[in-house]
Amino acid sequence: MQFKSQAVAKPYFIAAIGLFVGQILFGLILGAQYVLGDFLFPEIPFNVARMVHTNLLIVWLLFGFMGGAYYMIPEEAETELASPKLALAMFWIFLVAGALTIVGYLTVPYATLAELTGNNIIETMGREFLEQPLPTKLGIVVVALAFLFNITLTVLKGKKTAIAIVLLIGLWGLAVFFLFAFYNPVNIVIDKFFWWWTVHLWVEGVWELILGSFLAFVLIKTTGVDREVIEKWLYVIVTLTLITGIIGTGHHYYWIGTPEYWQWWGSIFSALEPIPFFAMTVFAFTMVNRRRREHPNKVAVLWALGTGVMAFLGAGVWGFLHTLSPVNFYTHGTQITAAHGHMAFYGAYVMVVLMMISYAMPIMRGRAANDQKSQVLEMWSFWLMTVAIVFITLFLTAAGILQVWLQRASDTPIPFMAAQEKIALFYWMREWTGVIFLVGLLLYIISFFVGKGEKAA
Amino acid sequence: MSGEFTKSMARNIFYGGTVFFFLLFLALSFDTHSQLPKRDMRDNIDAKVTEGKKLWEVNNCIGCHTLLGEGAYFAPELGNVVVRYGEEGTKAFIQARPKEGIPGRRSMPQFNFDDAQLDAIVAFLKHVNSVNAANWPPNDQG
Repeated sequence: MQFKSQAVAKPYFIAAIGLFVGQILFGLILGAQYVLGDFLFPEIPFNVARMVHTNLLIVWLLFGFMGGAYYMIPEEAETELASPKLALAMFWIFLVAGALTIVGYLTVPYATLAELTGNNIIETMGREFLEQPLPTKLGIVVVALAFLFNITLTVLKGKKTAIAIVLLIGLWGLAVFFLFAFYNPVNIVIDKFFWWWTVHLWVEGVWELILGSFLAFVLIKTTGVDREVIEKWLYVIVTLTLITGIIGTGHHYYWIGTPEYWQWWGSIFSALEPIPFFAMTVFAFTMVNRRRREHPNKVAVLWALGTGVMAFLGAGVWGFLHTLSPVNFYTHGTQITAAHGHMAFYGAYVMVVLMMISYAMPIMRGRAANDQKSQVLEMWSFWLMTVAIVFITLFLTAAGILQVWLQRASDTPIPFMAAQEKIALFYWMREWTGVIFLVGLLLYIISFFVGKGEKAA
Repeated sequence: MSGEFTKSMARNIFYGGTVFFFLLFLALSFDTHSQLPKRDMRDNIDAKVTEGKKLWEVNNCIGCHTLLGEGAYFAPELGNVVVRYGEEGTKAFIQARPKEGIPGRRSMPQFNFDDAQLDAIVAFLKHVNSVNAANWPPNDQG
């Protein structure tokens, strides 16, 4: 480790992995509820489990982003972190706030939670992904500001590389667009319109800058390719991301009461959204092929290549599948959306955070890379989780196509629940594939505890 | 012209392109907001609709249902539920949910709404249904 303060990343990564396990367990509960409708009812209704599943995802990815930034920024800026103490304090605040929120979801009826946490002061709860009580939302803002202050100051006092600047823009964007989570007008159309300024401009906007920056960092470290080349690629990729993704927000404005012209703007620009992801795949493979050194951490390189491919498939291809408005008219809000969501989040954000952990964790534990045994196990976990998510996506896609046909496209459309019963087989297959995913995740955790790496430290 | 595409050129295109397309997005958003009064039926938003939206939110309905296609995919679309079930049918359905669920089936919680609350929820759902959503959903099944 070049700088002592990089070590603050470690608790962030450990928390991220722990919450990831929670996310997957709740995913399995949801998958079971899809086929065994009253499973855990009324103790954990579907909406509660789903809130836990999606909120844990968001929070652990944020832990991963923050950990990744704390690790990367000192090395890029070539100076110690402005305040490692602040970083550590924020870690505990974020972890406790996150844990309390989840406990709140699981122990108190949501309406009571809203009552208790001051939702009457500013009504922000009960909107998808932004279900957090007001104190949690405020906590996120405080943590994000302290975090941004910390890393921005570090970059200001050190070297300002393109990788660091792109990361900073991504993270500042993340904080700024989160502010729309506090805006909840009573007019449902305007509510939905600006809800997407958080949700879409995060995942198809500024988060991609974070992704690109992390990927570029790890590629520089593991391939030894010239920084000038890698940073030029990075700029091209993030340019493509934002010039397609910003107007691409329009693909959410087809059917929520906004004018019809969004069907044109949204279709055309979001049809171009796969291009930056394709560029990312080409980028990762080209850099690895042109490598000037054989880095001992092979599994980190595997995650880097994997995130390129899977982000392209999940966000790019599966996004394109239903983004054109004439197609989306039939697929909007079906299992097709769920299929896309799962592979896109896994490919783009789960994998890039795991790549960062894979690269940085061994170094923080005093070695360039884990020994062979540990790496092989981690590669098994890579393949199990990745193949599982591919099949989860395929099963949900099949379910979605049938759902669209039965419920919306056929001459004799049948009711929602009747259609759901007819496609239950695919939900069963999805659930069992989810179990495989969990096995992969458990192997991933075990890989931290095997091998002789400890001695080298 | 050296013909070489340099990093600083890439950086300038990044900043220029981002600013341009963000401004374009703002312009389109501005135009959208000038058109919305004709589409979102805002004149009909009264205290009841407002109360209904709040009930919709604090009971996390979006955690199972979709509304204009957005939300969770576990339970039916509700943007047009008043068309499918009628106002009274919608209220009766919500009221009739067994507390312990329905064995083996996807179960909706019993929220114990009073009549005024049920009226508010239906007023909200009716309002959503009245929004000009470009003829979505494709049919009454949602």
